[in-house]
Amino acid sequence: MSMAYVRDRDAPLRAPPVGTAGALGWLRENLFSSLGNSLLTLLLAVAIGYIAWGVLDWAVLRAVWTGADRAACAINNAGACWPFVWEKFPQWIFGFYPISERWRPVTAFLIGAAALVPMLMPGLGAKKSNALFLLVVYPVIAFELLAGGLFGLPEVETTSWGGLTVTLVVAVTGIVFSLPLGILLALGRQSSLPIIRSASVAFIEIWRGVPLVTVLFMASVMLPLFLPNGVSLDKLMRAIVGLSLFASAYMAEAVRGGLQAVTKGQTEAGLALGLSRWQTTLKIVLPQALRISIPNIVGIFIGLFKDTTLVLVVSIYDFLGIINAGLQDAKWAAPQTANTGYFVAALVYFAFCFAMSRYALFTERRLEPAGRR
Amino acid sequence: MSLELTAGLQKRSFWNNGRVRGYALQALVLLILGGLVYDLIINTANNMANRHIVSGFDFLWRKAGFEVSFSLIPYSGEDNYARALMVGFFNTLLVSAVGIVVATVLGLVIGLMRLSRNWLASHIALGYIELVRNVPLLLQLFIWYRLVLTPLPQAKDAIAIGSVTLSNKGLTMPAPVFGDGAWMVLVGFFVAVGASVLLSRWGRRQQEVTGRKLPTGMLSVLLSVAFPLLFLAAVGWPVSFDYPVKGNFGFSGGMTLVPEFMALLLALSIYTAAFIAEAVRAGIMAVSKGQGEAAAALGLKPGLAMRLVVLPQALRVIIPPLTSQYLNLTKNSSLAVAIGYPDLVSTGGTVLGQTGQAIEVVLIWMVVYLSLSLLTSGFMNWFNARHRLVGR
Amino acid sequence: MKNKLLTLMLGAAASLVLAGAASAGTLDDVRQHGFVQCGVSQGLMGFSVPDAQNNWTGMDVDFCRAIAAAVLGDGTKVKFTPLTAKERFTALQSGEIDVLSRNTTWTMSRDTSLGLKFAGIMYYDGQGFIVNKTKHPNVASVKDLGGATVCTQSGTTTELNIADYFKSHKMDYKLLTFEKNDEAIAAYQDGRCDSYSTDQSGLYAQRLKMQSPDDNVVLPEIISKEPLGPVVRQGDDAWFNIVKWVYFALVNAEELGITSKNVDEMKATSTDPEVKRLLGATSDDGTAAGFGIGMGIDESWAFDALKQVGNYGEIFDRNVGKDSPLKIARGKNELWMNGGLQYAPPVR
Repeated sequence: MSMAYVRDRDAPLRAPPVGTAGALGWLRENLFSSLGNSLLTLLLAVAIGYIAWGVLDWAVLRAVWTGADRAACAINNAGACWPFVWEKFPQWIFGFYPISERWRPVTAFLIGAAALVPMLMPGLGAKKSNALFLLVVYPVIAFELLAGGLFGLPEVETTSWGGLTVTLVVAVTGIVFSLPLGILLALGRQSSLPIIRSASVAFIEIWRGVPLVTVLFMASVMLPLFLPNGVSLDKLMRAIVGLSLFASAYMAEAVRGGLQAVTKGQTEAGLALGLSRWQTTLKIVLPQALRISIPNIVGIFIGLFKDTTLVLVVSIYDFLGIINAGLQDAKWAAPQTANTGYFVAALVYFAFCFAMSRYALFTERRLEPAGRR
Repeated sequence: MSLELTAGLQKRSFWNNGRVRGYALQALVLLILGGLVYDLIINTANNMANRHIVSGFDFLWRKAGFEVSFSLIPYSGEDNYARALMVGFFNTLLVSAVGIVVATVLGLVIGLMRLSRNWLASHIALGYIELVRNVPLLLQLFIWYRLVLTPLPQAKDAIAIGSVTLSNKGLTMPAPVFGDGAWMVLVGFFVAVGASVLLSRWGRRQQEVTGRKLPTGMLSVLLSVAFPLLFLAAVGWPVSFDYPVKGNFGFSGGMTLVPEFMALLLALSIYTAAFIAEAVRAGIMAVSKGQGEAAAALGLKPGLAMRLVVLPQALRVIIPPLTSQYLNLTKNSSLAVAIGYPDLVSTGGTVLGQTGQAIEVVLIWMVVYLSLSLLTSGFMNWFNARHRLVGR
Repeated sequence: MKNKLLTLMLGAAASLVLAGAASAGTLDDVRQHGFVQCGVSQGLMGFSVPDAQNNWTGMDVDFCRAIAAAVLGDGTKVKFTPLTAKERFTALQSGEIDVLSRNTTWTMSRDTSLGLKFAGIMYYDGQGFIVNKTKHPNVASVKDLGGATVCTQSGTTTELNIADYFKSHKMDYKLLTFEKNDEAIAAYQDGRCDSYSTDQSGLYAQRLKMQSPDDNVVLPEIISKEPLGPVVRQGDDAWFNIVKWVYFALVNAEELGITSKNVDEMKATSTDPEVKRLLGATSDDGTAAGFGIGMGIDESWAFDALKQVGNYGEIFDRNVGKDSPLKIARGKNELWMNGGLQYAPPVR
């Protein structure tokens, strides 16, 4: 006799759980886990496919690849107008820089790249001397190369500079000026001395509170009124001064974040070892703070790089400015010329900024274990 | 030992005293700063005297003489410069306010998509964020201006739905004209707000007693639409519409949203949404996973769990970066100058060009943007503080 | 580290200040620098426009070359600073440029309240309008523009003139102003505006740059007086005289029949005392006959300017007139004796 509450047969077999391994499993897990999810996937796939096809169709399939002037691009249903880009590209890079002298910006760029690459690679040493070179020696060399005047290099006025050269010059000078100034301001804001602290706070908040466009207008229209009689600043210089002061306020906030992240124990330990306040700040707190703020500092560099485009409102022809000006060329006037120009501009800016943001992410990940400690 | 220490202290020279050095340093900084400011003022005063520039704000009351393409308040070239600047100011406010709302909604959607378990959704969101954040806003603005303007037809071939028309002159629609007694709309609205508050309180009490949730939200929306209309009907409907009239060159009358506004709004909200999405993502990830699991264990559906449990907690983390994004959007609206939308910087620039009063105009810009910044961050701090109390 | 930072900052500050030097008189400055710093527009065909190599051409540009030739003996010793409409007066006031030659309208308020002086009228212009006749076939006159959207550059006299004109004719209009001319033209071509307005010479110049110049017509009306001329700082009379008289010399030369081709011959052989005085030719008794010394520059000032740049007529024809793509008729810019307004005081 069997007992009613004891099972004497196996329960019916259930279906195995849906596989999560393999390509099919991955698809099921990540794209089609439920009805709603499947619908969403389909909808998005259609949307993204439509957009991707549109771009491909415009930039490649329907695009015009060769031609001498607008006649080639002004045909019906034409896509991107690439011959416009081929013809204008040297000007987009160098602006009005004399053709015979164009090796100079190239050299300046190569020296900078050669010094920057080992700086960015964590494994390589000599960071300190390299940083010093990049922040102090390099700007002088690059300026000399670009502006000329000494060592038999013919002088090239800043009004002939243009294109990507100006974008890089403005961005690099802005970075070189704003980083030290930002560090000083951040230290000032953390200072226990009321006058220094409030002066720093006022400076930072005023610059952060106003739009860059007004700062640039001020630099271009008002700065001449502030300078002593007879002293004048180059137009490009004025824009760079405005941009650097603006960026330094944001830089100060990034560095302050790093300073606050360094635990108080570090300062106390430094003082206990008999180091002076300055020594503690410079040798113990600041290096750690800067390490922590690298991702944010790079973020501000990205912002600064994007903001260089604004100099076009005070008619300095940076990369975007010169592309924009070239669109007015009657030789290339066609419906797709402007779109092509903006497309190339977007690609170039994206390449620079994306590279920087990936680097920031890379550093952030590398520094993470140290931060978690 | 202790003797030596005191001896050391006494021997400490005047300059090694931290406080003395602090004062000295501050005095030095003050001296340098003061000197700089003094130098600046002297230079400026000298320069202005040399160039016969008359400073002061008197120019604000002179006739402006120029027109603007888009204005929220009545304005013509007959008005003075101050009014022209007001027009610019309101235009800045309008595009910022609408931009903030659109950017927040879009940013929230993208941020949630980024966290979605659907691979495609999260990667599309990622692509959006990376693409938008790494292309300069000014370039995006140019692109949007073209994309808005190119497909739109000439005014004579305008796309028309009733008396709302869309052409490259903008989106034109009838403008309401309020006659006497139209202020009853506001009265109606406030009554509706009051009623809604009472209703939601009553609803909550009912829910606590009976466990049934009443559709108070829906009712409030209905009330706030119905009450103003009712009140308006009570005073005899003193509202008429100014219909746009088609002329040779587009429309006169009615109200028009110019293409510059649309392009600026699109560019600003799409750009800022990418940053807001990142803030939202960071905020939600900062809420511990257990919260969501606990909500699920209590039987809340995922949508409700997100809305009632996770988001309110995430808000605390989201609000500070959100504030700075709002401020950025407001400041970035000054890029309007590049496409001819008459915001504060753009009209101010025209005033500057006409009068040559560079210092005064820049001062006005600075004061306005700084106070907008302070107001926004003040409001958000208040909101944050309030939320923190509720959260704990 | 602190010291290094400090050095860096100080170095930066020093390098900024080095950019300028104390000024005595503009003439001395120009001699000391070895070039004339000339403010021009960012690119207006016929007046000042750079090519791909940043070589500038145009009427405003040629006038600066004439000044350089008169002062330094070499018309190539000019540096051009492109300026926006907004920047131009501050650039001159602050000493960044020595002369502003940027199709600038002489108005009373500019002459009296900005600390500037207009040295002459290089070009008599007036404000006009351009419309696309394929888009607006019914517009034949500015009077047909009621209700139209007009694009223009901000910071100029144009927006004020438009306001005055439309108001006095009781017409409605919408104005869209852009920071840069290029953007205003782009908006006009996209059809965002029905008309584009600027000085009429500018309209002819911009029209040539448009996608289909023949579809765009310049309307006949001129709604304002726009006398365009070079500007210098107030308070430096010596420099003001030089700029003023370089302009008069160009006009007088045309009147006297002196061109860049025959100037050598005229200087050697002409018996006309006025020609001799203008060109600084030596008199029969061996003394110099010109007035260059009185201005503090070389006696051959006008000779150098004319030899290197040409007379007013040559400058006009080459840049905007019959030998240029613009083909603008001399009109009011004809010499007084031919019924125009260009008139210069005698060299006496």
